[in-house]
Amino acid sequence: MALALRIEDKLYITKFRVDDKSHLKIKDKEKCRQCIGRPCLTCCPVRGYQLQEDGTVAADYEGCLECGTCRVLCPEQNLEWHYPTGGMGVIYRYG
Amino acid sequence: MAVDISRSALEGASSMTGGETRFDVAVVGAGPAGTTCALLLARAGLEVALIERGPYPGSKNTFGGVLYRHPLEQIVPRFWERAPIERKVIDKQYWLLTEDSAVKLGHRSRRFAEEPYNTFTVLRAKFDRWYAEEAREAGAMLIPSTVALEAIRDERGRVIGVRTDREQGDLYASVVVAADGVNSLLSRQLGLHGELRPEHVALGVKEVIALGEDRIRERFNLEGDEGADISLLGAVTKGMVGGGFIYTNRDTVSVGVVANADAYRRSGNSPVDLLEEMKAHPLIRPLLEGGQLKEYQAHLIPEGGFDAMPPLCADGLLVVGDAAGLVNAAFFEGSNHAILSGQLAAETILEAKSKGDFSAQALAGYERRLRQSVTLRDLKGLRRLPGLLHSHPQYFAIYPELLNEAAHHFLAADGRPKRDKVRGALKAVTARRSPWQLLRDLWDVWRGTNLWP
Repeated sequence: MALALRIEDKLYITKFRVDDKSHLKIKDKEKCRQCIGRPCLTCCPVRGYQLQEDGTVAADYEGCLECGTCRVLCPEQNLEWHYPTGGMGVIYRYG
Repeated sequence: MAVDISRSALEGASSMTGGETRFDVAVVGAGPAGTTCALLLARAGLEVALIERGPYPGSKNTFGGVLYRHPLEQIVPRFWERAPIERKVIDKQYWLLTEDSAVKLGHRSRRFAEEPYNTFTVLRAKFDRWYAEEAREAGAMLIPSTVALEAIRDERGRVIGVRTDREQGDLYASVVVAADGVNSLLSRQLGLHGELRPEHVALGVKEVIALGEDRIRERFNLEGDEGADISLLGAVTKGMVGGGFIYTNRDTVSVGVVANADAYRRSGNSPVDLLEEMKAHPLIRPLLEGGQLKEYQAHLIPEGGFDAMPPLCADGLLVVGDAAGLVNAAFFEGSNHAILSGQLAAETILEAKSKGDFSAQALAGYERRLRQSVTLRDLKGLRRLPGLLHSHPQYFAIYPELLNEAAHHFLAADGRPKRDKVRGALKAVTARRSPWQLLRDLWDVWRGTNLWP
């Protein structure tokens, strides 16, 4: 296997038990539309935030590594960030 | 399976006390800090709950890769004989990198290959699980797959337990220990501190790459279960405050890069790209060639130091480990301070229990102990460093380049007389940084690190 991998492949190899509900919630979509910089788009280590055509941002919780960077960097503190339900989310086998 | 065991355990405890689940101490988070605290309290005979949000301890945890002998050795003597350690580190290297070269500093010692050893590479999903098992065997009740949602407080605001995401999952305790990591939702919910500031945290991303034992020994010049620890500074962070690392595990290597979150925000750099570029660096790629990815990880590190720490205790509550910000970023230390803080918290709780008083005042001995310990003595000595590095990005952006340029001038076999070569090397440095600036940078580091005897 080549060493250089796309993030999708890295997440495929990493183990998850996906919760049926999202632990990330964008509080006010309008704020993302007006956000300058949108650090979540570049800083998320799994590229979990995607800019939508209407200028809002969509959060993908399924591949989230629960690091908290998006929450810390959100200029508007516009994220409701929880841990996934106990036992769910990423499950490191190496760590 | 772990889920079922804990659920019945929780229900068992609850029925024993007539509906209300009561412990002497509820520890939230089975990382090094929380497990140490739970282990020591359980040994002393207290009823301890150790709550872990992952399906097993370690399943949410990662770090660069090195565990220090001290202070774990005091808690589990000769732990290296039983703990799932990967390799015993005999070689510590610093590589100051440009795009295509490095100045290397390091220390390799045979003394570190012998007992009691020095540092050990570990993988946290294995190590933390083992360590929490020690606590469980000592009598702590491990409750995995359980999120502590919030602290339960009485009418006077004292912490008297935690609400979990289990049905009827309220746990009552004389003391709650917040060992819930860098994001510590518990201490923020209690208002001990607000949101973490971007300049106070670093984001680390890491891959565990399988190479096989033979290749690891060959490529890193190791024998048996000896290990290497390589810190990478310079080009790998594109001028951001931070660095990369390579640690040898038994048959895998841990490869990652850490950079300040605010630097990420300002630069627009992506951690995903940064790690890929680091792995492709011409001096790093040959070490990883032919490897196979086993896991991708990301984690925040509280690097704000002494002045970014939250209050460490409240009525019925102590804060330990990463939740308390006990990381010495300059020396890559965190898990050792986590263990020490867990130990000091346990000592404080035992003292409070003997007096039957769990008020903030009674628990303040924790902070006193911590201040006298290596943890806060070092963090206090280095309190100016996080701000200094923030205002002096040249340490990461320019100096590795200057040193490489000087080394290149000096070592190039170009037939020039040595005097000219020395002049060339000095010129390479002063072209980028004037003598005055060099002195100033040196002085600032001296002043910013109050470690000098």
